[in-house]
Amino acid sequence: MDVDGGESSSSDSISVRSIPIHSRQSEDFLYKFKQQNIPACKPVLTPAWVIATLLLLGFFFIPIGLVTLRTSRGVVEIVDRYDADCVPEAFKGNKVSYIKDTSVPKNCTLVLKVHKHMKAPIYVYYQLDNYYQNHRRYVKSRSDQQLLHGLKYNDTSSCKPEESNNGLPIVPCGLIAWSLFNDTYKFIRGTAELRINRKNIAWKSDRNHKFGKHVYPFNFQSGTLIGGGKLDPNVPLGDQEDLIVWMRTAALPSFRKLYGRIEEDLDADDVILVHLMNNYNTYSFGGKKKLVISTSSWLGGKNDFLGVAYIFVGSSAIILALFFLLLHVKNPRPYGDTAYLSWNRKGISS
Amino acid sequence: MQKSSRKKGKIRWSKLYSFSCFQPHTIDTVPAQDLIGKIGFSRVVFCNQPQLRKMKPYKYANNSISTTKYNVATFLPKALFEQFRRVANLYFLLAALLSFTSSPVKRETLIVPLVIVVGISMIKEAVEDWYRLLQDMNVNNRTVKAHAGNGIFVDKFWRELSVGDVVKVNKNEYFPSDLLLLSSSYEDGACYVETMNLDGETNLKIKRCLEATLGLNEDEEFNQFRATIRCEDPNPSLYTFVGNLEFQDQTHPLCPSQVLLRDSKLRNTDFVYGVVIFSGNDTKVVRNSTRAPSKRSQIERKMDKVIYLLFSVLLVISLITSIGSVLFMKSDMVQWWYLRLQDPEDPKPVKSGFQQFIRAFILYGYLIPISLYVSIEIVKVLQAMFINKDIEMYDQVTCKSVEARTSNLNEELGQVEILLSDKTGTLTCNQMEFRKCSIAGISYGGALNEVDLAASKRMNNDVEANRFSIENSGSTSQIFEMFEFSLADSSIQKAVLEDQEGLDFLNSGNSRISNVGKETVVKGFNFRDDRLMNNQWIYRSDLFNVTMFFIVMALCHTGIPVEGDETDKLKYEAESPEEVAFLIASQEFGFQFCQRTQSILVLKELDPSSGKKVKREYKLLHLLEFCSSRKRMSVVVSDEEGKIFLLCKGADSVIFDRLADNGRAYQQATTSHLSSYAEDGLRTLAFAYRRIDQADYEQWNSIFTKAKTTIGPERNELLEKASEMIEKDLILLGVAAVEDKLQKGVPECIDKLAQAGLKIWLLTGDKKETAINIGFACSLLQQDMRQFHIYLSEEAESNNQMKAMKEEILHQIESSYHVMCTDSDRSSPFALVVDGRALEIALHCDIKYKFLQLASNCASVICCRVSPKQKALITRSVKEHTGSTVLAIGDGANDVGMIQEADIGVGISGQEGMQAVMASDFSLPQFRFLERLLIVHGHWCYKRISKMVLYFVYKNIVLGLTLFYYELYTCFSGEVLYDAWYLTTFNVLLTSLPVISLGVFEQDVPSYVCLQPFTSKGKKIIFLLEPDRGLDIEWHGCILVIFLANMYILSPSAFMEKGYVADITHFGAIMYTCIIWTVNCQIALIITHFTWIQHLFIWGSIVLWYIFLLVYGALPPAYSDRGFQVITESIGSAPIYWMVTLLVVVVALLPCFIHIVIQRWFNPMDDHVIQEMKHCRKDITENQMWLREQRNSQKMTQIGFSARVEAKVSSFEEGLHRKKRSI
Repeated sequence: MDVDGGESSSSDSISVRSIPIHSRQSEDFLYKFKQQNIPACKPVLTPAWVIATLLLLGFFFIPIGLVTLRTSRGVVEIVDRYDADCVPEAFKGNKVSYIKDTSVPKNCTLVLKVHKHMKAPIYVYYQLDNYYQNHRRYVKSRSDQQLLHGLKYNDTSSCKPEESNNGLPIVPCGLIAWSLFNDTYKFIRGTAELRINRKNIAWKSDRNHKFGKHVYPFNFQSGTLIGGGKLDPNVPLGDQEDLIVWMRTAALPSFRKLYGRIEEDLDADDVILVHLMNNYNTYSFGGKKKLVISTSSWLGGKNDFLGVAYIFVGSSAIILALFFLLLHVKNPRPYGDTAYLSWNRKGISS
Repeated sequence: MQKSSRKKGKIRWSKLYSFSCFQPHTIDTVPAQDLIGKIGFSRVVFCNQPQLRKMKPYKYANNSISTTKYNVATFLPKALFEQFRRVANLYFLLAALLSFTSSPVKRETLIVPLVIVVGISMIKEAVEDWYRLLQDMNVNNRTVKAHAGNGIFVDKFWRELSVGDVVKVNKNEYFPSDLLLLSSSYEDGACYVETMNLDGETNLKIKRCLEATLGLNEDEEFNQFRATIRCEDPNPSLYTFVGNLEFQDQTHPLCPSQVLLRDSKLRNTDFVYGVVIFSGNDTKVVRNSTRAPSKRSQIERKMDKVIYLLFSVLLVISLITSIGSVLFMKSDMVQWWYLRLQDPEDPKPVKSGFQQFIRAFILYGYLIPISLYVSIEIVKVLQAMFINKDIEMYDQVTCKSVEARTSNLNEELGQVEILLSDKTGTLTCNQMEFRKCSIAGISYGGALNEVDLAASKRMNNDVEANRFSIENSGSTSQIFEMFEFSLADSSIQKAVLEDQEGLDFLNSGNSRISNVGKETVVKGFNFRDDRLMNNQWIYRSDLFNVTMFFIVMALCHTGIPVEGDETDKLKYEAESPEEVAFLIASQEFGFQFCQRTQSILVLKELDPSSGKKVKREYKLLHLLEFCSSRKRMSVVVSDEEGKIFLLCKGADSVIFDRLADNGRAYQQATTSHLSSYAEDGLRTLAFAYRRIDQADYEQWNSIFTKAKTTIGPERNELLEKASEMIEKDLILLGVAAVEDKLQKGVPECIDKLAQAGLKIWLLTGDKKETAINIGFACSLLQQDMRQFHIYLSEEAESNNQMKAMKEEILHQIESSYHVMCTDSDRSSPFALVVDGRALEIALHCDIKYKFLQLASNCASVICCRVSPKQKALITRSVKEHTGSTVLAIGDGANDVGMIQEADIGVGISGQEGMQAVMASDFSLPQFRFLERLLIVHGHWCYKRISKMVLYFVYKNIVLGLTLFYYELYTCFSGEVLYDAWYLTTFNVLLTSLPVISLGVFEQDVPSYVCLQPFTSKGKKIIFLLEPDRGLDIEWHGCILVIFLANMYILSPSAFMEKGYVADITHFGAIMYTCIIWTVNCQIALIITHFTWIQHLFIWGSIVLWYIFLLVYGALPPAYSDRGFQVITESIGSAPIYWMVTLLVVVVALLPCFIHIVIQRWFNPMDDHVIQEMKHCRKDITENQMWLREQRNSQKMTQIGFSARVEAKVSSFEEGLHRKKRSI
């Protein structure tokens, strides 16, 4: 990089008037500005620069990648898909009728084997696949004002088609709340039940600022068409963390949502029984349900992609650097060689 | 005193006409007088009777003119129409309208930018029009003396004049409107008019009033003056006029010679009286002008194409979205109970598909960069400001600087390929200087021209350079020989030894000496030769010839002396500036022409024998006037001793034909001098004399007098014959060369422009010889050029048969073209000289193509005797035929058509008369500033704007396509990943300043490197849609990277330590951060010139995004929507957010980086190499580098001073080789 202090050749011709010192600087700047002559740095991509940049990039990225990958590998994650297994044999052919039939018991038991020591806190997620929480119609169908102010706020037109029932407004209105996920899990290790902490699973800002402390569910899931879970009408929305988590719509059709935390370590080879209520209908649209328990690192959950990407980018930068280095050594192009100017080149070629 | 001098003037001038025998017939046969009163000839003007003019139909418009585009009422509709001619604006209007039906984004985000964009552009238009209005007012508020009744003349504003007013115009004033000449300060009612603003001709034209109104030459006379004029209606024809004057119960036919046109100037006449016939917008000049068209630059047109392309992309992806949504809806979505589609049986796919289409159309509208236009407007205004402020283009003499009058053509300046230039006032000052003369076969006033000097200097330089480099190799002998040769050439040697001053001057630059630095003491006289100056000529051996030469110079003319500032030096006025130059020169040589009466010419001359000044009277017997067919002028005088001489000056060919056998003593030497003068672009006139016996004279006198008194058509022929009889057997004295003085810096400027690859056409109203002279003076022509002349033979012209003329021209064109094709391997370039009449025919549609093909293959083209309309016509034809960008430059009203027609019109503002400037897009105080304007500012602006457009499209595509890709994951439902405010601020706040700084401050190479002539050669840089840039792939890659990386990293597992999962708000904010970073870093890759301003804007924009997130997130959730505490609570504390940003930015930019590196490495462009040269400080370590590169690049230039030097050097070298061979 070279810093060019304006062009002396052009400014020579203009005699600088004697100006008091304090204003001299600003006037000088203004003059240079108008003459487009402000000092500037003009980086030129010389081979040394290119190679150095690429090498630096490589040497910076690869360690980051390694650390990240190691962190990610340190995360223990157990994923178990249960939507298919939990359907009784009799209903295997017609899963939709199974889920719609309220008389059929929905309880189901999973057996999870911990293959590696899991350090508390262990996060429990449910994962839905092929579930378009990001559909425009769905995302729009809520009323933030109503969630905060309850019945005081009565313009719920955005909640269509789930804004009122029997002439009474619904709190919380809208499709998102209506389709609340309602599978429940109970974890048992050996004989004792594992306590799942279901507090503080939602963002604090949501609980404090977006969901009213004094807004209670009203007229919810009372229509003919019942979507998902029901809410306890005696608990204010600000404390209904399941709902708050659910209301944070996912960006992609395959998503996890936090269910709770297990605040005990799990040892390797522990066997955990999960008693779950398979209430939620994903069968009619072919969605999948998974239960995920995972530890966490400073990076979050298990995600090798980031580390791999860093390593990949870093190593390709080094390869490129080597390539350019080789090129530079074997076939150096003298920089700033006038022979490369177009008119000179034309002469060579013809 | 005043009175007496006026009287003197009267005698001098009016008496002169008594000699004028070849004066063109001003009163032709009266055409079509009987048409008056019919359609098209219905105007009735009541002179001096204001009360009669009020009633219709005799109420005519007043004299105010208007060149504005809009007025208060028409501004809104017209300006809106102009705005919505732009494709993008139209699109946004459509989108804004559609947004009222159904929109995925807030309506305001569509409407507000549109209003801002259109509003800013319209304000710009309004301001520009306001300045036009001010200029109009300036013209309209000029004053003229008008008759107010009772013979009193008072000052009146131009705009207040109305038809029928009597006005008095004084010397050197412009006529306020088209006037009928009533009388002048001369007794015979003649006056001199300069029509430079109308047709560019610089010689004065004589206008003459009717006999009947001759007596109206005092203010008091107009008290009772009443007359009626019946004439044609307003029309644009400058050279015709049909009308009758009813005065004192008589009807007098009128003709063009009684009409004084607006914008011409009264010269050499103290005052005239006139009646306004046409006023204001009815005047012929205004009728001749065309409305200023709105010009659009090429980039703007290309931008439209890009917009079309983006628009079609937009349509395609909108279509994909809508079809996709319909398909989803029909097949799967009915099963998705959580969406609660109301009527599962009939989801009305067509209707919802259409809605989806509109939504998508609006949503992906981010593909089309609306703020591009407003940013470009801002950038262009700032660029124009820089152009205006450039101190290098400030003329200290006139205290004017360059003015970019319309800022939307800045970048077009860098694209100019053909330059059409006016001559007088643009290239030349309209001032003649006596430069050289050849008397009795000896040339005085510097034997060498600048080309020789420069060439010899080059040779010596080369020799020395070679000597040093080859010294060790042992072959020095050859080099020394070469050096000797170059000094052996006698003239060169002289140059090197004697003219040290000239060489010193050449040291400072490669350019020609055009009196720069050498201040001439006497205006019009730039002659240096000690052999003649300071009265040294009296010691010459050929004293008689020298004396005769000066006497011819002092006597053979039509000029008159006027009092100068100094007592002993006089100033002169004459019909042509050449004569003035001769008179001044003869005064300098000691032959002061000091008095002219009707028959006596008085010279104060230096007597060689006594060395004292003596007053001598010469009796003027006859004056045979100059006219273009005779090409000579003679006077017959008798000196004090009664000896009668015929003194003759004229074109060399004419004089040489009429030489006596004993008068040819110096013909050969003179001829060689003539050609060298002509090569320098000097205008030459040969001088000759003849002694006449008293008897011969008496005999001829009777014939001539008889011829003169003949009335009738044969008069001219008789006069011609009579003068032929006496203008023969002449004795050649020599030639004098005057220079049509070029404006400062013109040859250098033309040289640089030619090296920059511009073609230069000269369009002039002057005659062919003058035009060719100037061609040589400007180095547009050179001796070894092959010149093609296209002209009409007199025979064809007189027949006036279209078909024959056409055939003749076609033949000439074809034969020229044939020569060109067969000779194309020759190195010498071609030049084309076309006459105005011939041009008119050549530009007829069927042979136009052939003509332009010929013309565009010539290195330089000179069109002479062209009218303003033809200038405009040529401009249009060239523009259309070649498709290249045409710049027209001129200074007078006669150039207005050309200036308006060209892609870029440039007006010279130094001179009087603002018409050209007012019609122009850029106004310059001097021609030479064109170089910097085109080569520096044009180059910069072009690069800036094209980089800017490229980048703008890039950044909008990045944003727009991420929106689309996200649609793929939402089953085309139209959900937006980003918060509405992110989108709104994208173009306005977060990415706008860096790109504006790119457009305003970017400099790929510094200005002084630009001015190195070669750099501008490869100035056409790659624009959008260039296949080998492969940018679209890079862009696409970049967008995919942004998108996919985010998707894989953020989903589905937790993204921060507390087990939280990213939802749509986090996803949007993180992805958007990546976009902001990528887009702003990308511009850092594009910019090559970083001042602190760029740094501030680029990195500031990124910081601004975080500030925005913080502020936005701190607002209550009702306002901040998805941005609520997003950075403070969630993503800000997640390390993965920062890591993703880093990764994505690097990965997205790496391909582009590598691409740039590879391109630089293997296929560097000129600006890259120059940047590197600057970087390695090669220009400092290696002094010769610029010079060498300059020379290398010159080899391809065919015109200009350097090319001439080049040619000279090669001819020297050839001579050297020949010499060596012979040894």
